[in-house]
Order: sequence, then structure tokens, then C-alpha cells
Amino acid sequence: MPSKVAPRSFGARLGSALLTIFTFVLAILWAVPMAWAVVASLRPPTDPLGRGDVWFAFPLTLENYTRALTLAPFGQYYVNTIVVILMILTVQMVTVTLAAFAFAHYDFCGKRVLFYLVLLQLMIPTTALLAPNFSTIRFLGLFDTRLAIAIPYFGSAFGTFLLRQLFLEIPRDLVDAGVMDGCRWWQLLRHIYLPPAVPTLIAFGLSSTAWHWNEFLWPLVITNSDKARPLTAGLVRFTQLGEIGAQWALLSAATLIVILPLFVVFLFFQKRFIQSFVYSGIK
Amino acid sequence: MNASTRPRRRRVSLLPYLLILPTFVFVALFTIWPMLLASYQSLFLQRLNIARFRTPTFIGAQNYIDLFGDDRFHQVMVNTLLYVLGTVPLSVVLGFLFALLVNRALRGIGLARLFFFYPTILPLVSAATIWMFFFTPDYGIFNTALRAIGYSGPQNWTSNPNLALISVMIVTVWKNAGYYMIFYLAGLQGLPQDVFEAAALDGASGWQMLWRITFPLLRRTTLFVTTIAFISAFQTVDHIFVLTQGGPAGASSVLLYYLWEMRFEFLNVGAASALTVVLILVLLVFTLSNFLISEQREDAYAK
Repeated sequence: MPSKVAPRSFGARLGSALLTIFTFVLAILWAVPMAWAVVASLRPPTDPLGRGDVWFAFPLTLENYTRALTLAPFGQYYVNTIVVILMILTVQMVTVTLAAFAFAHYDFCGKRVLFYLVLLQLMIPTTALLAPNFSTIRFLGLFDTRLAIAIPYFGSAFGTFLLRQLFLEIPRDLVDAGVMDGCRWWQLLRHIYLPPAVPTLIAFGLSSTAWHWNEFLWPLVITNSDKARPLTAGLVRFTQLGEIGAQWALLSAATLIVILPLFVVFLFFQKRFIQSFVYSGIK
Repeated sequence: MNASTRPRRRRVSLLPYLLILPTFVFVALFTIWPMLLASYQSLFLQRLNIARFRTPTFIGAQNYIDLFGDDRFHQVMVNTLLYVLGTVPLSVVLGFLFALLVNRALRGIGLARLFFFYPTILPLVSAATIWMFFFTPDYGIFNTALRAIGYSGPQNWTSNPNLALISVMIVTVWKNAGYYMIFYLAGLQGLPQDVFEAAALDGASGWQMLWRITFPLLRRTTLFVTTIAFISAFQTVDHIFVLTQGGPAGASSVLLYYLWEMRFEFLNVGAASALTVVLILVLLVFTLSNFLISEQREDAYAK
């Protein structure tokens, strides 16, 4: 560990400085795409990009944003994405809590088998099953609805697993005391299991939100109109509109419209977000 | 705590089953059932765009035989392998490197961490839309950079058969490295400091400490990160839709993309189901072997 080297010789200091420079060069390289998109989205639409002229062009303008908003119903896409995420989060919180509680608190016949069957969802991601799931959604008459985008995620193996692990760490004496006092199962859940699990649920909720905000393939195949289409599918549709072509300023504006809300929330709650991602491990 | 010490009620009760029921219904409907349905449908000839093949006819293993004799399928499998081998190790190594670089007490290091991490929270399609510009012929950044070093070969990255898959891979690595970084960062911050102090007293160099102490201590993190990187490599094809549409001539098509194409472009339900079964098998074999290898390694370390 370079920071651990105690007596700082000239060589060590030089090495440390070079390492710092290397770090920031790399970091700036990683930031270029986003920086370019922001700058390009503010270019005057009449000034096409050309060789050697791909960054600033004045005057800066928000015109690309207003044009993108008139060319595609991004407002509706927002509503759709947010409604889908709210549906998923609401149902997941309930299903995950109940299942994790059952797996942690009770002993019953077939428990292991049931647990492994649920965990199957971790090994075979829902995205891989889009062809047969499409048939199921068609059969259920849900095609081209927001519910169709959300419903495969109503049960979460990952959330169940995560919460069960946490429930198992709750001291046994505490639970036994609750049982002795005559707590019913929902009282045990409410007063003993849930309070220490709140951070886990928040972490799971945050990473679930980010995952579903970004999801593309399943919504793409299961929607067919703007009334259900989320932001990601809407953006791809927008890039393929005939009149867009290589209008990079306009494309960047549309891209940022899709990125910005989650990005701004992320900047504000950076620490919490990163912790959630580490903690929950799956996007 | 061991699960076997946990049972609190031995009375036979329906309650635990009822509590699991909501989760189980959705997992059964959208994970277990589709696996069975795909296996079943893969034995039938059903093509929705041809009137006389619209109703399924049983054909046994013919879909699989056709698939294994299909050049495009071979190409797709090779591409998938190249994609996995080209993105997983590189993004994991970069994630480790980034974590080492930003795990220092330095002013402004938080900004570097942010710059490495932010691609994680961008939707992949948005990231790909931005990168589309970078790959563009003539004034795209990649070609501009190549010209600056005196090379004017590749023009249009995403429509060049040799570069299309590489373009897709570049976006993947750029997007994922920062995500893997945070796991290594968490791992590094949990390392016992006294080990390093003892090693420093023994005169170990920075490199020796990195390879002999840090890296071995983080092997669990590496295993975990590699696993999620593999699964993600098989299930994310969003950027292919934006950048190359699997082209030119299938040069950047991977398993899941081909499956989508088969089902929703060619409307060949039977072949798409067979591809789903192949994908399920690949994922199962990979996850299980990974699990077994990790168990063995744990044993080896325990001895």
C-alpha cells in the first residue's frame, strides 16, 4: 500500500505523485463521455459537429432539450418508468419480507427445496427467459401494459436471500422473549425482525430502483405503444426516428433527459447509493 | 449462525407456506414455468410469420439439430465466448486497479472515485447512445485519436466487421469497471492493517504486499465480482441494440441478442425456445461449476 510507506524518501514521494497523476488522468478519461454529452447537448442545433470541432460552440442553448421533448413524449416515458418502479418496490417489499421471515423463523417440511427453487431466479436471470415469458404475458392479456413490465420482478430471490441472512443474525434470545410474551407472528415481524432490517430494505430498494430505471430488453419486447413504454425503450425508439439521423446535439439532449433524474439523485445520495450497491451486490 | 439452531416452532402449520406463497407464485410463473415452457416449445416447429407453420407441430430434436448445423449459431457462440473473455477479466482487473488508486487519503480523490463509478448508474442504452458518437467515422473521437498518432485505418467502428464487437466490448468495460471497483474498495477497507504493518517492518515492498497479501486476502471479493460479471455478460445486450444491431452480418451478435432476433424478428418460436434452453444450460453449468470451484478453493485454503 503506497500510503503506508512511513519514511518518505524522494523516490517514494515521486512515485506517489506519479500515481496521483495517473489516477486523475484515468478518471478524466472515464468522465469524457458524460462531459462530452453535456457539452454537445448545449450546442446550437444549426451548428453541426465537424472534424476537430466537437466540443463547445456558442451561444450555449437549451433548444435541443425543448426540441427533443416535442419530438417524443418523454414526459409519458417518465411517468411509465416511475410507475413501474413504484409497483415493483411496493410489491417486492411485502413479498420479500414475508418470505424471508418464513425462511428464517420457521422450520417446515420442504423448506430447503422451496428455498433453492426461489434461488433459481438468481442463477437464471429473468431477462434470459424473455421468449417464454412473452407467451405468458400474452396469455394473461397483459401485453403492452406497465404491469407487464413489472410483474416478473414481484418476487425477488435476491431480496429474499438478503433479508433472510439479516433475519438469521437477530439474537435468538430476543425472538424467544417475544414468543414467550405471546407475540403473534406479525408482532414478531413488526417489533423484532423489521427494525434492524430497515437499512437492508433501503439498500435493496435503491439498487432495485437503479436496476429497473436502466432496464431495456424486457420492456422493449413487452410494450408496443407510448402508453406503457419506459424511458430506455423510448430513447432507443427516439434514436431510430427517421428525422433524427446524426444530429448529435439533439441525441445528447435526449440521452441526458433520460439520465439526469437518477443521476442527480445519485449525486446527492452518493454515499448511500454506493453502500447500497456494495451491500446488495446485484444491480 | 447455523440455520439448524433456529427452528422455533415444531407445530405443523400452514403459516410459513402462506408467507412464502406470494414470492413463490411469481418465481414459479416467471422463472420455473418459462424454463419448462421453453424446453417444451423447443421440440415443436412453430413460425409465426409463415401461415402453415403457425400452429405448432412436434418435430423432436430438429430445432437443436438445425441450430447446431447453423453457421450463424456457430458465429454467435464464438462471439459470446469472445465477449465474455474480452470483458470479464479486463473489467474485473480495472475494477481492482481503480480501487487501489482511489483507496488513498488524498484531496479530491472522491472526485476520481465518482468519475470511475458514475457509468454504473447510467442506463446502458444511454451510455451506448453517447458512445455511438465516439465511434462515428470522420470526426468521432476514436478516429481522431488514431489520426493524431498517424494511423487512418478504421473509419466506422460499429459497422466494421472486425471492430463492431470490440466497440460493444469497450462500452461494457467502461460501464462496469467502476461497479466492480466499489466491491474491491469495500474489501480493501475491511483488510486488517496490522498485517501490512508487520510486512512493512519485515521490509516487504509495496509490490510484494500487493501480490502476497492484498490480492490473496481479497479472493472472496474476486470470486464474487467475477461471478456477477459473468452473469451480467450473458444477460446484457442493450448496447448492441443501439450500436450495431448485431451487425455487420452477425459480427457482433451474441447469444441473447440472437435469441431476441430469432423470436421477435424472425418470429421462429421453436428455434428461439431451443436457444433459450441453450442459454439456460450455459448459465447453469457456469454457475454450478463456479460454485464447485469456490468450494474446492475454500477447502484448499482450509488445509
